[in-house]
Amino acid sequence: MRFLINLGLLILLVAVIVGWIFLPWYLALALAVVLAAWLLFTRSGGQAASVTAVGVSTLRQRLGSASVIVIGIAGVVGVLVALLAMAEGYSQTLRKTGSADTAIVMRGSSASEVMSVLDRDSVVLIPQAEGIAQDAQGKPIASPELVVAANLPIKGGAADEEGSVQLRGVGEQAWAVRPEVKIIQGRNFKPGMRELIVGKGAVKQFAGMVPGHEIRLGNQAWTVVGIFAADNAMDSEVWGDAAVVADTYRRGSSRASVTVKLADPSKYEAFKSSLEGNPQLKVDVDTTLDYFNKQSEGTAKVIRIMGIVVGLIMGIGAMFGALNTMFAAVAARAREIATLRAIGFRGLPVVVAIMLETMLLALIGGVIGGVLAWLIFNGYSASTLAAGTVGQLSFELKVTGALLWTGVKWALAIGFIGGLFPAVRAARLPVTTALREL
Amino acid sequence: MKYLHLIWAALFRRKTRTILTLVSIITAFLLFGMLDAVRTSFNQAGQSANGAQRLQTGSKLSFIQTLPSALGAQIAQVPGVKMVTYANWFGGAYQDPHNQVFSFAVDNNYVDLYPEMDVSAAERKAFDDTRTGVLVGEKLAKRFGWKVGDKIPMQSTIFPNRQGDKNWNFDIVGIIHSKDKKAGAFFDAMMLLHWKYFDETTPYNQGNVGWYVTRVTDVNQADRVAKAIDAISANSDHETRTQTEQAATASWMKQLADIGLIVGSIMGAVFFTLLLLSGNTMMQAVRERTSELAVLKTIGFPSGSVLSMVLAESVLLVLLGGVIGLGLATVVVPALAAGSGGMLNLPGVGANTWVLGLVLMVVIGLLVGLLPALRAMRLNIVDALAGR
Repeated sequence: MRFLINLGLLILLVAVIVGWIFLPWYLALALAVVLAAWLLFTRSGGQAASVTAVGVSTLRQRLGSASVIVIGIAGVVGVLVALLAMAEGYSQTLRKTGSADTAIVMRGSSASEVMSVLDRDSVVLIPQAEGIAQDAQGKPIASPELVVAANLPIKGGAADEEGSVQLRGVGEQAWAVRPEVKIIQGRNFKPGMRELIVGKGAVKQFAGMVPGHEIRLGNQAWTVVGIFAADNAMDSEVWGDAAVVADTYRRGSSRASVTVKLADPSKYEAFKSSLEGNPQLKVDVDTTLDYFNKQSEGTAKVIRIMGIVVGLIMGIGAMFGALNTMFAAVAARAREIATLRAIGFRGLPVVVAIMLETMLLALIGGVIGGVLAWLIFNGYSASTLAAGTVGQLSFELKVTGALLWTGVKWALAIGFIGGLFPAVRAARLPVTTALREL
Repeated sequence: MKYLHLIWAALFRRKTRTILTLVSIITAFLLFGMLDAVRTSFNQAGQSANGAQRLQTGSKLSFIQTLPSALGAQIAQVPGVKMVTYANWFGGAYQDPHNQVFSFAVDNNYVDLYPEMDVSAAERKAFDDTRTGVLVGEKLAKRFGWKVGDKIPMQSTIFPNRQGDKNWNFDIVGIIHSKDKKAGAFFDAMMLLHWKYFDETTPYNQGNVGWYVTRVTDVNQADRVAKAIDAISANSDHETRTQTEQAATASWMKQLADIGLIVGSIMGAVFFTLLLLSGNTMMQAVRERTSELAVLKTIGFPSGSVLSMVLAESVLLVLLGGVIGLGLATVVVPALAAGSGGMLNLPGVGANTWVLGLVLMVVIGLLVGLLPALRAMRLNIVDALAGR
């Protein structure tokens, strides 16, 4: 019998946790309202509320053991939210780089821009396609670009330490297809000169990225003349004149990709099929939104899985900590609970009261963990070698509301499990034995 | 040692509490073992004796820039160079562009420079004789169910062939076994094809070489040889940058992620929580036993013994959980690496991790036990027996 009850509890537990994970916030809110109403307006609810009040009022005397729950869960939530924020910041930075109204054309079967090569004929042919927006002079808004990597000394690194940065050779149309890119310091490069403008993310990563400073690419000296900001992945790049970059890298008149502004985003499919169906070209077309989304997928997934695995293991540890504390609390209050039962309180209010108390502590822990993660890590800059690029991608950790909500959900789930078993034990205690104890 | 029995009995006085605490400690050290394996795999990359003997020469401009193939003969002339080979990044993928395979187009003697790779003489000869032949790593072959004799279609995410088609066909002629199972996980997961076949098939390479690998005769001369190699092409339009394999790998790993920092912060949070949790348990345990401890003192146990007994109890608690946790990690990490089909290369929980873990266990145990132990030591027998 006892075994069956335990088995039932376990199944209930799994069901509740699974349901809880998929619960949207409005249903959770509704659940909270229902619970509050039950506590306020029904007889058994009122009993539960008063038992909870007694439990909570005695928390002050067991501050040490209560803080085990709070701090344990705060640790889990803090680490979980920080790691998820890393994945979020990474994919947001890449996602923001693309938009639905621009498309990127690369050589067929190229996984990323840097792997693509378009010969001169293709570069001339692509902008003539149907469906590209035109500027005031009637020219198609299409930007042929060259993407290569450059080795530059790392800021604060050893004398010989070099990192890789993505170098983009662009023409004037690059500004038309990416209106979000703005020069924030210095000036733009002059066509035909060995001049560079650097993204504000690259400024943080590499040494000597100040306007007026000279840097070496291979055996050539280039001058940094300006800093630009785009608030997306472009910030991690360095731009120069396409023709000069192609010369340095011996790329002749070939380019890596052509980014175009679509006249009408809804006609993207027609644009795509006209280019991909053109027998003179062997190209793939993607909206930049899709392209950058795809680039972010792999790495973001890895970080997210790592966050969840670490969170789960820590969560199990914290859960046992909570169980420990609550078992001790129940044991200490055995007499009090038995007295309540003796004077007519039912089992349910006792169970609910203990679970509410645990979940309250868990909630406090979750909120503390989330707030700490937000205070410390929101906007914290990190960088990695991004998949699909050849340079360091710098991004900022983003602690969003959704992530904080996830953290609180985890906290409550841990609290739920941590409270359930002690609560059931409390309710099952034979009144007579408990009263005689001590 | 003669008190072990007593300490053990005290530890399991309240079974539920001790077991719950143990599970928390186990999870903490399981996490420690796993994260430390990740950290070590990052740190150890390229740190082998063989790695110190090999130099990598790439374009100074960037790692994607190629070098002329004529440079190889010049590098071979540099005094102190034992052997030179070269390779190109192929960027292969099997069936789906997401199934990326570490694939390199290499010169015939590439395998000779890597004694870590074990290829049987017959298979080595077959590779030399087959234009479209490839050698594949043991784990890679297992991942896709390949065996010697298979014809496999591969896609290159970088290089189309002359027809502009992304599909390449290869014949598997041999399997690469890794000699050192622990450090050589990478060699198990890669694929080698002929540079010659590669260069002739794609119109995009035109006789260029991605990078050169040089084996030096004397490790102590590595720096001088590296400088001499770079001097060959100084002031040309293809300046080179030569590094030992160790330095090159370390620099890549550092750019990939600051693993030390991430692991450090997570472990900091974990151990802080653990400290608090087991500290609380020990506090409870001592508070509960106040009268028992008083009895011990009454029958003549000196205060010092009581102090060390409580300390020993907490160290034993953490050690017990920690050893089980790290033991679990030792089992789980290789299983994870195997289960991921070569995606994760984890070296397993090494001796260093164990030593660090054991030191951590003892330190945490002492820290946790300190307050309760002091309390037990200062216990006034009369007050404690009276329950005051």
